[in-house]
Amino acid sequence: MNGDLTPVRAGFIPLIDAAALIVAADRGFAAEEGLRLELTREVSWANIRDRLALGQFDAAHMLAPLAIAAALDRDRPDAAMLAPMALGLNGNAIVVSAALHADLGDTASGDLSDPKVTGVALSKVIASRRKHGAEPLVFGMVFPFSSHNYQLRYWMAEAGIDPDRDLRLVVLPPPYMADALAKGQLDGFCVGAPWASIAVTEARGRILHFGVDLIARCPEKVLAVRSRWAADNARTLQRLVRACARAAAWCAVKEHRAELVEILAAPQRLSVAPDTIGALLDGRLVVAPDGATRTHGQFFILDGAGSLRPDRRHALWLYAQMVRWDQVERSATAAAAAATVYRADLFDAALTMQDRVAEDGIGAFSGPAFDPNDIGGYLAALKAEPVA
Amino acid sequence: MRILVVDHNPERASVVRQALVDIGGYMVEVAPKAGDLLALLRTAQPDVLIVDLDLPDRDTIEQLRIATKERPRPIVMFVDQSDNSMMHAAIEAGVSAYVVDGLNAGRVRPILDVAIARFKAFDALRQELDQTKNQLVERKLIDRAKGILMRAKGLTEEEAYDRMRKTAMKEQKKVVEIAQSILTAAEMLR
Repeated sequence: MNGDLTPVRAGFIPLIDAAALIVAADRGFAAEEGLRLELTREVSWANIRDRLALGQFDAAHMLAPLAIAAALDRDRPDAAMLAPMALGLNGNAIVVSAALHADLGDTASGDLSDPKVTGVALSKVIASRRKHGAEPLVFGMVFPFSSHNYQLRYWMAEAGIDPDRDLRLVVLPPPYMADALAKGQLDGFCVGAPWASIAVTEARGRILHFGVDLIARCPEKVLAVRSRWAADNARTLQRLVRACARAAAWCAVKEHRAELVEILAAPQRLSVAPDTIGALLDGRLVVAPDGATRTHGQFFILDGAGSLRPDRRHALWLYAQMVRWDQVERSATAAAAAATVYRADLFDAALTMQDRVAEDGIGAFSGPAFDPNDIGGYLAALKAEPVA
Repeated sequence: MRILVVDHNPERASVVRQALVDIGGYMVEVAPKAGDLLALLRTAQPDVLIVDLDLPDRDTIEQLRIATKERPRPIVMFVDQSDNSMMHAAIEAGVSAYVVDGLNAGRVRPILDVAIARFKAFDALRQELDQTKNQLVERKLIDRAKGILMRAKGLTEEEAYDRMRKTAMKEQKKVVEIAQSILTAAEMLR
């Protein structure tokens, strides 16, 4: 029977937001769509990008900004990719060393849970270190093109810190973060679940902020496919998106929690203790070495209105961050190219009426999404709809 | 030309190093999984970087592709647009390469060729070794099960092995699996 299934090869990094892809493969959603979804666990985003670009993967769990960067990379036009679906929102946290946390506490005027307060405190710590001739602070993040990078920079810049001048930002793989913090090579970092909690328990770090404290709805990972593959395999792509969307909806049902945790904890998947995964899905993280926890319902949003359907605003916001930090040039062409990586049309085409969340608040069976800010455009789009 | 080989497997790294020294007299340095890879790159100043694909450190190196301000000689991924098969071969062998911007691709190719060949050869060797080790373990299990059968049923060695083999065929299992069942049963009945 397996012989009748269409094989689709996909790579993922063991992170909580690979859940939709993993569940699609391991809980039968892909098979229901006639696909044999073969997952490969990878160790670096660079590996995922290259194997997708070379066609060794058909699809991948991918940093959203990396997918956009690939689309803008003039050196490698063949590596262009698109995102027919997002794999949730949020999930990061900022961790600082015990020493830096103490310094921030001494310097801060106000509540350390407020990112405005901690940002200002951080700028004061930096100024005082400079006065005393101390080495600049070092912060880690997971990839140059990542929301982790942009969240850290956003937080710092709002307090007047220049992250390229006032401190050092280095890329470090998540599994190395805790160790580097313990050895004093890092003073802080921004990382996805479950690595923040691990640094708290193993390196006596402190979670200073959840990503959601800084950006309420931060784009994170997408399901990425090569543009050329998408064109050549339109039907397979539709099935893949449908399988992942249904898997995400399944993940969101409370009654499935125990089974979901079991699937994700498996050695070939995240290979992380089931309790840790369960807590993360609840948005409950250990934030201090004494075991204190903090819970936030939006710490990680897997399935909910607007978390799966590619949102053009998210692609353009990420592009704006890239321009802000000199990673790409600013031009109308580049902005348009960035926006078209996010393919809501492919998402819509894949889903049937019953799968669809009414993103525009209306949920018509056909036709353009309703835009309250552009009624004229909405009416024009309705008129322009071809009658099949 | 200076080459830095970053590999979590020190034996393989030294094989690659030796081969590169042999073919071209390159200056080759070897690093295990990097502690502070960026600092290492700054001090070693390699023209070519050969990286083990199983290392998450690749993402750290990517920073240098983008942070042109950070370093006078940015390292970029080796992409020979005309030859994707080279990249396929490299990835399948588990190796990736970065070169300093502006370096002639023709000069890098023999280096990558050597790295790919050595990575492949090393893998084959390791598989062979694993296989030999497994076979040895299996032989020991079978011998012990044979001994138990001989004592329990008063069989010769040949008869004992024959009986295990026939059972294995009937149950569509390997002889070693039957031997394991005999050992487990004997353990429980002891």
